[in-house]
Amino acid sequence: MLDGMQTSDPLAVRVRGLRKRYGSARSGYKDAVAGLDLDVSRGEIVAVLGPNGAGKTTTVEILEGFRDRDDGEVRVLGEDPRQAGRAWRARIGVVMQDSRDMNELTILEKVRSTAASYPDSRDPMEVIAAVGLAEKARARTRGLSGGQRRRLDVALGIVGRPELLFLDEPTTGFDPQARRSFWDLVTSLRDGGTTILLTTHYLDEAAQLADRVVVVRDGVVVATGTPDTLGGPGARTPVVAWDDGGVRRTERTDLPTAVVGRLMAAAGPGGEVPGLSITRPTLEDVYLSLIGESSPTDGVGTDNSSRKAA
Amino acid sequence: MSTTASTTGPDRLDQRQTTARRLPGTLRQGLVRGGVELLQFVRERDSVIFGFAYPILMLAIFSTVFGDDDPIVAGGMTVSFAQYFLPGMVATGVMLSTFQTLAISIAVERDDGTLKRLRATPLPATSYFLGKVFLSLVTVLAQTALLLAVAALAFDVPLPDDAAHWATFAWVFVLGTAAGAVCGVAYSSVPSSGRSASAVVVTPLLLLQFTSGVFFPVTQLPGWMLDLSSLFPLKWIAQGMRSVFLPDAFAAVEPAEAWQHGATAAVLAAWLVVALVVGARTFRWRRHDDG
Repeated sequence: MLDGMQTSDPLAVRVRGLRKRYGSARSGYKDAVAGLDLDVSRGEIVAVLGPNGAGKTTTVEILEGFRDRDDGEVRVLGEDPRQAGRAWRARIGVVMQDSRDMNELTILEKVRSTAASYPDSRDPMEVIAAVGLAEKARARTRGLSGGQRRRLDVALGIVGRPELLFLDEPTTGFDPQARRSFWDLVTSLRDGGTTILLTTHYLDEAAQLADRVVVVRDGVVVATGTPDTLGGPGARTPVVAWDDGGVRRTERTDLPTAVVGRLMAAAGPGGEVPGLSITRPTLEDVYLSLIGESSPTDGVGTDNSSRKAA
Repeated sequence: MSTTASTTGPDRLDQRQTTARRLPGTLRQGLVRGGVELLQFVRERDSVIFGFAYPILMLAIFSTVFGDDDPIVAGGMTVSFAQYFLPGMVATGVMLSTFQTLAISIAVERDDGTLKRLRATPLPATSYFLGKVFLSLVTVLAQTALLLAVAALAFDVPLPDDAAHWATFAWVFVLGTAAGAVCGVAYSSVPSSGRSASAVVVTPLLLLQFTSGVFFPVTQLPGWMLDLSSLFPLKWIAQGMRSVFLPDAFAAVEPAEAWQHGATAAVLAAWLVVALVVGARTFRWRRHDDG
């Protein structure tokens, strides 16, 4: 709905067979990214999930043009980040992890000077208000709290009116209320047509924000889907549990009501089934099983424990 | 440039449908960066005191301590200690405001994420350096003007009253500033981290101040030390400034017994060109150990 003139390509990001390895001939090579495929459609929020060292940040930094790759095909807004120029840069927004630069400037000065690099920037004060820092606009960044600093980072990332926004673990260190308001902000950006690629550790954040979740492990995608369908239908099969003479019994079933009916019948009229519960696996349960128990994927022949943190 | 009527609700941040607009010009962005640099500089009080005021304080302290009791005599001419000391402090100020400020600040900004953040925007690298050079120019001009004013008003140093000496001052100053600035950019890749930058940058420059005739006449130095210092810009800037602020008779006590304007211009121009080429090839947005 927003591109029209840019390109007919419906994909904001297209990655095929991406590989990146670290190390040297002497110390040996480690694959941080080992043949990763990723698509992000325009107007979509995609969350990349994975344990530390899974290759999330490396992948995102390659997409942002900060890192070179060893192999694979990468298109971001129709261009290869390796060769993309300033016009391409003006169309993407990057929210960094852990910034501590330009501390002597005020929030307004930072946002305004950043806006000056873009051809069609947003109004700096509007952006500052949107991230909830309007009252602090004339305060120096040195005195900001961690959460305020992250919101300033977001303001700097979106002031250029990007078509595609990279958010790298944006709410780390936020209190619950700040996370809520941050999620509202991200949702409003998406509603305004911005495509968002998000990396996060938080399952509830992915469930709340993402149209699609991509789980990365050992440098490859092990699962992808909406937060509700990730892991396939079997992953969400409810589990009925009850106590049977001191022994905990469980049954995975698509028909939990029928199981409960059977138990009720066995207990007799007015009888109680002790310890009865019906649970559906949460996104977190599905995620943990994906990164913990799924079989190793091909193309990963290296030592995981010493892999460079990504 | 794109202020829209402020509406309420999330649609404030609507993605605007635009035809391709032109990116802001390199020079304009350079000026914006220059403003940012200047703001940061004046707000960091320690850098103002130690970097900016250093040559002025040194001139004031040394001239007060040695005063008129210790006049310098050469070729039948006598000058006060302050007058003899002034050219070296002008030269030192040029190197501090250009080489030292740039090399340290770029190394620190590579470390603290400033460069990475700027690289994520369409800001051209040239604009970043224009901002740095702008700051260097403003500080070196203010610093030199203040230095000359203090020398003339507080220590009665006679300043040249003819166009020829001021013309010499102008080209030595401009060439020295330009060479110092590009050397600072090139040298910024040497410190391995922002934390080590001060030591790695200040120490060699401090040593050069002692061996380049800034603090005492170069004739007191051993020959090899003088030869070594002659490879670097500071010695030549100081010598050029002596030719401006000292009587012509003092040329006789220079090691070459002449002001050597030709050699001064050649050495400074050579540093300018070499550092420009080296700097353009070695400039890094990131640290050595960062991917």
